[in-house]
Amino acid sequence: MTALKEKFSKDKRKVLKRAAYVAFPHSLPILAGYGFLGLTYGICMSVNGFSPLFTFLMCVFVFGGSTQIVAVSLLTSAFDPLNAFIITFVLCARHIFYGLSMLEKYKNLGLKKIYMIFGMVDETFSINYSAEPPGDVDRGWFMFFVTLFDHIYWILGSTLGAVFGTLIKFSTEGIEFVMTSMFVVIFINQWQKDKSHLSSLFGLGISLVSLLIFGADNFIIPAMLGIFAALTLSRNYLEGKAGAENDLP
Amino acid sequence: MTFREQLITVAVIILATLIMRFLPFVIFPDNKPTPKFIQYLGKVLPGAVFGLLIIYCLKNVSVFSGSHGIPELIAIVITGALQLWKKQMLLSISVGTISYMLLVQFVF
Repeated sequence: MTALKEKFSKDKRKVLKRAAYVAFPHSLPILAGYGFLGLTYGICMSVNGFSPLFTFLMCVFVFGGSTQIVAVSLLTSAFDPLNAFIITFVLCARHIFYGLSMLEKYKNLGLKKIYMIFGMVDETFSINYSAEPPGDVDRGWFMFFVTLFDHIYWILGSTLGAVFGTLIKFSTEGIEFVMTSMFVVIFINQWQKDKSHLSSLFGLGISLVSLLIFGADNFIIPAMLGIFAALTLSRNYLEGKAGAENDLP
Repeated sequence: MTFREQLITVAVIILATLIMRFLPFVIFPDNKPTPKFIQYLGKVLPGAVFGLLIIYCLKNVSVFSGSHGIPELIAIVITGALQLWKKQMLLSISVGTISYMLLVQFVF
C-alpha cells in the first residue's frame, strides 16, 4: 500500500516537473514584461508612500497590472469604495471574454483550476490559450505553471521595484513594448490557425473605432459589446465556414 | 484615507476582480453541458480578443503628437515580419522589443 502510494507520488512528481520544465520558456516574455512593469509599479507605490510589504501583498492578492496601477490613485484619493468597485469592474470586464474562451480548456482540472482562474491575467490567458505543449506534457499542469510563473514574476518585479527601484541607472525606456510584441505574435499565430479571419478583423477594427470614439479610458466596454454583437450576428456564416475545422483540439 | 479605509478599498478591488474572473466559470460549470451559443463564442472570441489586446496596448499612442506612433508601427512590422518568416516566438518578441527600445531612446 505504501509502496503503491510512493510510486504514485513519484509519477506525479515527474508529471509536475515535466510540465514546469516545458512551461518555463513559454513564460519568458512575461518575465521581461512583468519584470519591467513590476519595477515601475513598485517604484510608483513607494513614491506614494506605500511600504514594500503593502506592494507585495497587493501583487499576491490582486494580481492584475492595470487594476493595481489604477488602485494607486484610488488609494491616494478620498475614500469611495463604490467608485473603486465600479472602476475595477469595468477594467476587468475583458476577463469575461477570457473565461468564455477557456471554459473548455479549463474543464475538469480539479482544485488547481481555482488558482488558475484567479491568476488568468491578459498574458496568462494569451499563453494558455495559444500554446501547444508536446503530447507527453500534462496540459492542465502546464497551464497551472504558466499561471504560477507569471504570478511570481509580477510579485518579484514589483517588490524589487518597491525596495530598490530608485537605484536603477540604465535606461529601460521602451521595454514595456514586450507585451505589445507578444500580443502581435499571438494574434498572427491565431490568424494563421483560423480558417476565417473575420473574428480577428472584428477585434482589431471594432476596438480601433471604439478607441477613436470613446477615448483610451472608456473604449473597452463599447468595444466588447461591439465584438459580441458582431460575432453573434455572423454566427451562421462563421459556423458554416468553420464546419469541421474549428472543433476544439 | 486611513489604513482601515485603504484595507476596505483593497478588499472591494479584490472582490470586483474575482467576480469578473470567476463569473463565466460559475455560470457554466464543468458538470453541466455548455450551451451551444457559448461554445461558439468560446471558439471565435480569441481571435477578436487578441486584436482587442493589441489595441489596448496601443491605446495611449498619439498619432497627432510626439513621435506620431511611428516607433510603435516600425516595431510591430518588425515583430510581425520576423514571426511570419522564422516562426520563432521568442526571437520575434525580443527583436521587436529591442528595436522599439532603440527607436524611442536614440531615434525619436
